[in-house]
Amino acid sequence: MYSEKVMDHFANPRNVGDIENASGTGTVGNAKCGDIMKMDILVEDGVITDVKFKTFGCGAAIATSSMATEMVKGKTIEEALQLTNKAVAEALDGLPPVKMHCSLLAEEAIHAAIADYQRRQAEN
Amino acid sequence: MELNQRMKRIYLDNAATTACAPEVVEAMLPYFTEVFGNASSIHAYGREAKRAIEAARRQVARALNAAIPQEIIFTAGGSESDNWAIKGAAFSRKEKGRHIITTAIEHHAVLHTCQWLEKQCGFEVTYLPVDADGKVSAAAVEKAIRPDTVLVSVMAANNEIGTLQPIAEIGTVCRARGVLFHTDAVQAVGAIPLDVQAMNIDLLSLSGHKFHGPKGVGALYVRKGLKLDNLIHGGAQERGFRAGTENLPGIVGMGRAIELAAERLTENAQRMIRLRDRLITGIMERVPEVRLNGHPTDRLPNNCNLSFKYIEGEALLLRLDLAGIAGSSGSACTSGTLDPSHVLLAIGLPHAIAHGSLRLTLGADTTDEDIDAVLDRLPPIVQDLRAMSAMNASNML
Repeated sequence: MYSEKVMDHFANPRNVGDIENASGTGTVGNAKCGDIMKMDILVEDGVITDVKFKTFGCGAAIATSSMATEMVKGKTIEEALQLTNKAVAEALDGLPPVKMHCSLLAEEAIHAAIADYQRRQAEN
Repeated sequence: MELNQRMKRIYLDNAATTACAPEVVEAMLPYFTEVFGNASSIHAYGREAKRAIEAARRQVARALNAAIPQEIIFTAGGSESDNWAIKGAAFSRKEKGRHIITTAIEHHAVLHTCQWLEKQCGFEVTYLPVDADGKVSAAAVEKAIRPDTVLVSVMAANNEIGTLQPIAEIGTVCRARGVLFHTDAVQAVGAIPLDVQAMNIDLLSLSGHKFHGPKGVGALYVRKGLKLDNLIHGGAQERGFRAGTENLPGIVGMGRAIELAAERLTENAQRMIRLRDRLITGIMERVPEVRLNGHPTDRLPNNCNLSFKYIEGEALLLRLDLAGIAGSSGSACTSGTLDPSHVLLAIGLPHAIAHGSLRLTLGADTTDEDIDAVLDRLPPIVQDLRAMSAMNASNML
């Protein structure tokens, strides 16, 4: 049901954890639906130098979180904002149709973390 | 990731299906090649097939203590039996009334059939709630009976949480009030003692592959003299009650399987209860923030259903599978819908806890070593998933 890439990112997720002095944090989803994703980003000179995630959710939710962190790490904010759920799913060699919402959640979590960063920037 | 080849695979999903017992396969084999006749044929081939089917009918009837073998009608499985019992009873009694009573935790073969009758045929259905252990009381059934009630359908044992229902008491109530009583006993047959006469059961569904018999074959017990509209129309097989050429090897296999299950019922139940309780206690001792779903003692001998806070069931299942352990879950992600299991919600679990459920169901061949292996492999997986979870006590509800 899952591609090998999904299973790899599920069984060996990259970038799990929290960033203590994160530049931005985004949490999306809710317990009722069975998915919660939290992304922390560290931004230096407009570049995402570090990103960590924590996810409550199914195999696809964990794998898309992991893949999304890999895809935005080292990217500028502008580049990271271009990340789409479709690109995350494609990078994982596809997701079952019922699991596409997981990739959407990953996109939203990255966007939420960036929005939080931008809000903090504006406040300073 | 490939499963470590030296790691023994452990099958703990016997509520989903069981392996055929070797004795069952042995009993079936001649009926694919040597004795292959159509039981409706008049020649010797047909008569041999017919004899085998009637022998299996007697085996099933004995296991349920049916009054006569003809009360057993073979079907293609549990879902067909449930569909037939409910639609058949409803249609044959629709002039008397259009009210059906069932419970909120029935299998979908019962629930969706009831919903279809509501939508398509103007029936009214009462879905009785259950308590926190998943029990419905005979008193609640009695209270729900109306003058136009034509059928009560309550499962003998729940497939997810294993809770047993007071079938004999409900049977007494229904018989006294003159209402037909159907029980979906798909999980109960071969696991707990059942007696259709003593328990006042009018209709009982069973499925071969749940008790080490073959898939694709089941039966409906229909009490003698009871009028039931057909579900499958066609030829005169099964005395005209169920059309279609009989699944000869399947029926023979199921007959042998139910005979074996009945012979070994007490011994198997005692063994499985001991192993089940070792598994439940062992996990609860090793892993914090776990709850047992279903009744602590009035449950199927082979059923262990636990909810692990802060983790999601599908992720847990996949990790267990990578560690060689096969189980199942009531999480939304395993059901193909957005909601977790209707059974877990009916016993009052919040969504977040229902999503983190794990069902492990033992089989006749489960050993102490298997339980040891689960107690060894499961706790670190739970710990690992919790460490990466974005859910905690503060954002849980």
